Amino acid sequence: MKEFKGQTLSWQIVNGAVELALHRNPCNEIGSLTLDELEKFAAALPGLANDSHALIIHSTLAAGFSAGADLRELFQRGRAMEKQAALRGVRDFLERIHAVMNTIDGIPLTTIAAVHGVTFGGGFELALVCDIIIADRMARFCFPELRLGLIPGFGGIPRLKRDLGNAVVRDLLLTGRSFNVTKAQQIGLVSQIAAEGEALRVARATANQVAKFDRKTAAAAKEFVKTIPYDELKREIDIFCDLYARPAVEEGLRKFVENETAQPYLP
Amino acid sequence: MPVPTIDHTLDEILNLAASHFKVPREKLTPDDDFFKTLGIDSLQALDLLTRLEHHFRIELPDYELQGVSDFRTLANRIQARL
Repeated sequence: MKEFKGQTLSWQIVNGAVELALHRNPCNEIGSLTLDELEKFAAALPGLANDSHALIIHSTLAAGFSAGADLRELFQRGRAMEKQAALRGVRDFLERIHAVMNTIDGIPLTTIAAVHGVTFGGGFELALVCDIIIADRMARFCFPELRLGLIPGFGGIPRLKRDLGNAVVRDLLLTGRSFNVTKAQQIGLVSQIAAEGEALRVARATANQVAKFDRKTAAAAKEFVKTIPYDELKREIDIFCDLYARPAVEEGLRKFVENETAQPYLP
Repeated sequence: MPVPTIDHTLDEILNLAASHFKVPREKLTPDDDFFKTLGIDSLQALDLLTRLEHHFRIELPDYELQGVSDFRTLANRIQARL
């Protein structure tokens, strides 16, 4: 499928680069519907790769790249089902999203995340599967999962460990604090900073540069420098599911979902 | 470079907030609840935090802002990082 326009995301090929646009209001929360459409994308990606040299993932929403997992859906799932069934559902969701992430991570294209605004949790993890992160000056990153009694579940920790020093990973994970692009570039997460509203344009310019190189060479270089930490990714799912089974998580999710104060995003 | 006074920091915060959120500067006072006065939600508060970090060239962990909703306390938190 060369082109797709879904309810949560769309893709097309623009100047030889696949552009995956996220557009689920309010801030690209990743729930079942997004996962269904991401799976369609992952299935189409090998075919798209034959006609392109790069992949750009971006958001068309002003609020940001993505606020991460759909916590309201996760909470409702836990309430609507018997505990073991809910847990099986969560594991199935995680295994499916990991399969999508692994496909994007390993595709022999140069992949670029063009991020702005809120890039939290699962949204941050989606950016981390890309080879290059280009960030708008107003982008903000965070792994807030510990405040819910969970760890990141879409592959974030193994991929952050792959790319950054472990001490930095511990700080970001254990404090759950958000940080801006200056910090993100200092720690080696973001390679290019764009002016406000310019991340997609900068990503397209980068994709045009990538197009000058031999595809096979670029793919070999990528495979050489970017390994996928499969064992740790599987372990992450196990730890997430162990933690999810505890009552503290339901309570954390309930607090978030029912929170009507102006500060639910602040840890 | 000398550290600016707390009054100067507070004034810069009020100027930046008024300018970005298009609220008349004279309507903002140090003890205002900025969520109410600016009419912003938590996502916009993060946007304000990012703008303040860039403006003052500091890193201000958002857990230091938990429970902070007035400009004066916000200025104190920022001043402690200058």
